[in-house]
Amino acid sequence: MILAIIEHNQGTLNHQSLEILSLAKSIDRVEVAIVGENGRSICNGLGKYGVEVAHLLLHNELVDYAPAAWAKSIIQLAHSIKPDVILAIGSERGNEILAHIAAQLNLPMAANCTKIQIKENNCLVTRIRWGGSLLEEAVLKSATYLLTIAQHLYTVKGELEESAVKISEWNVDLEDQDFVGKVVDNLAPEEGKVILTDAHVVVGGGRGVGSKEGFHSLDELAELLGGAVGCSRVVTNHGWRPHADQVGQTGARVAPDLYIACGISGAIQHWVGCKSSKKIIVINTDAEAPIVSKADYAIIGDLHKIIPAINKALKQAND
Amino acid sequence: MNILVCIKRVPSPGTRIVLSEDKQEIVTKNLGFTISPHEECAIEEAIRVKEKFGGTVTVLTLGGSLASEQLRYAMAMGADEAILLQTDGKEWDPMATSNAISDAVKSKDFDLLLFGNESADYGGYQVAIRVAYALNHHCLTGVKSIEIDEGQITAGREAFGGMEIFKIPLPAVVSLKEGINLPRYPSLPGRMRAKRKQIEIIEPIKLPGGIETKQFVSPPELGSHVEILGHGVEAVPKLLSIIKELGFIHK
Ligand SMILES: Cc1cc2nc3c(=O)[nH]c(=O)nc-3n(C[C@H](O)[C@H](O)[C@H](O)COP(=O)(O)OP(=O)(O)OC[C@H]3O[C@@H](n4cnc5c(N)ncnc54)[C@H](O)[C@@H]3O)c2cc1C
Ligand SMILES: Cc1cc2nc3c(=O)[nH]c(=O)nc-3n(C[C@H](O)[C@H](O)[C@H](O)COP(=O)(O)OP(=O)(O)OC[C@H]3O[C@@H](n4cnc5c(N)ncnc54)[C@H](O)[C@@H]3O)c2cc1C
Repeated sequence: MILAIIEHNQGTLNHQSLEILSLAKSIDRVEVAIVGENGRSICNGLGKYGVEVAHLLLHNELVDYAPAAWAKSIIQLAHSIKPDVILAIGSERGNEILAHIAAQLNLPMAANCTKIQIKENNCLVTRIRWGGSLLEEAVLKSATYLLTIAQHLYTVKGELEESAVKISEWNVDLEDQDFVGKVVDNLAPEEGKVILTDAHVVVGGGRGVGSKEGFHSLDELAELLGGAVGCSRVVTNHGWRPHADQVGQTGARVAPDLYIACGISGAIQHWVGCKSSKKIIVINTDAEAPIVSKADYAIIGDLHKIIPAINKALKQAND
Repeated sequence: MNILVCIKRVPSPGTRIVLSEDKQEIVTKNLGFTISPHEECAIEEAIRVKEKFGGTVTVLTLGGSLASEQLRYAMAMGADEAILLQTDGKEWDPMATSNAISDAVKSKDFDLLLFGNESADYGGYQVAIRVAYALNHHCLTGVKSIEIDEGQITAGREAFGGMEIFKIPLPAVVSLKEGINLPRYPSLPGRMRAKRKQIEIIEPIKLPGGIETKQFVSPPELGSHVEILGHGVEAVPKLLSIIKELGFIHK
């Protein structure tokens, strides 16, 4: 049996964590774990994703996210129901919780798998290296396989009939120590700002943009399309944009419907952050830039002339 | 404040990663080597904390003898001391790596142990957390801002478009992400000093790990299907009709 961790924040489902369910169900029977009373509200909605049993882990203090406590709760559940695999999405929290479980149990953990095969005495995984520029095939030997699945790889399937989910409640045993590392405050995003990782359109800018001011026309284009601006590492290294805008291996992984890459060459470390985009349009002076051949559409030319022209045309179309 | 920074030597590939014929390793013959970006920021952050509170910065790496190049780079940036857990240069799995690191530092009483959130090459997302448990310290990962005050560390990390804030007591293990600072370049005098510094060499014992790499595989290359819309502003009308077709213009 596979125990799949469904993430939520104060009762708001992390929809992306459902990506693991379709893969999990192709391997074995799946039950899910949800931590905290405020996760109860999402249990019932999971029927249409094929979930039959949801384990709800309860303790008075399980309110704000606290990785050590979440991990310990899941371990206590696992001791009783003995899953063969504990699975989470390879998000910041997913990788963190699994690593806490791994450290508490002193078992191996494989992060960001793309494929899983359970054998008699071991588990074969394919997992990403270099943020996805390389794959590794590895063998795991363990009493319980602790795995996370790379994000944006499997689509969430929710086409099933709504059906009742059996909720089984567990009161877990936790100490004050387990809650020392918990979220004590949340700083909300800027009012009205489109969040990069949620945006349907991302306008990415690279070295070719040339300066902080050069981003004005990209900001305008993003606004006209209801999207957000992203950038390459060269840009954050120059201080033209905050690091929160960086797309790539050491920045954000985005998967918008449309990515418009302007003045970006397409180094592998940038590419792994934007390759899950549904459509990619490139604006680059160099027809030989690696990103051009990976795109769906490209305009060859100077972004400083082309983007203002697009903005002008978009404004006319909107009038 | 005595601070440890754990760094790792990794190749810096260009536009493509090339594999050896037997698929057991990356061909690094023509590649330079570097420190993962997150870890370079960890060195910078450690130096800033030291500049504020005093103390020492020690850098540590587990790797082959060539990894001393990365230790010297960190010392040129401003780290005071360096430890090399010298191996045969083969890859160690995350459990074996963490065991060796915790073993080497458990008697050294560091107040703050800084890591990268994930290494550039392996990306195991776990060494920091395992070391924290082994040393019985509290631990935070993915951190993009820290403040230290009266034995407490307040750390922020990106979440839901904003930041979430944690507070834990020292001694602590914290893994950082690029963006927390812009790392300085080593100065020339810094480089000269670093050349003359001693590196403490320890031969770690390799405990069996739980993950064994069988081979590397390049992700499938997608054939190019790009449509060149044209050159310069003349191509804009074509682009606009495509944006419209894709449904991004609503009116
Ligand atoms: C471990 C590691 C992690 C990394 N993580 C990231 C990451 O998260 N994100 C990231 O982006 N990078 C990352 N990098 C860096 C990456 O390798 C590249 O250096 C970087 O992505 C290059 O940025 P760029 O495309 O903006 O610049 P360049 O490679 O210099 O490309 C600039 C492009 O702009 C074009 N151009 C120039 N002028 C114009 C103009 N006027 N109009 C149109 N086009 C123009 C040029 O033809 C060129 O193609 C990482 C590197 C390492 C080693
Ligand atoms: C088949 C195979 C081949 C390998 N080849 C190499 C190789 O060519 N070169 C090489 O250096 N390693 C190699 N390794 C070692 C391995 O990549 C990592 O050191 C180990 O797996 C640590 O896990 P991680 O990278 O997932 O760390 P993560 O958990 O992703 O890293 C988090 C942080 O831990 C710290 N950290 C990680 N590794 C080290 C280290 N070695 N020393 C100090 N701090 C560290 C860093 O601060 C890093 O940012 C190999 C391992 C295997 C299994």
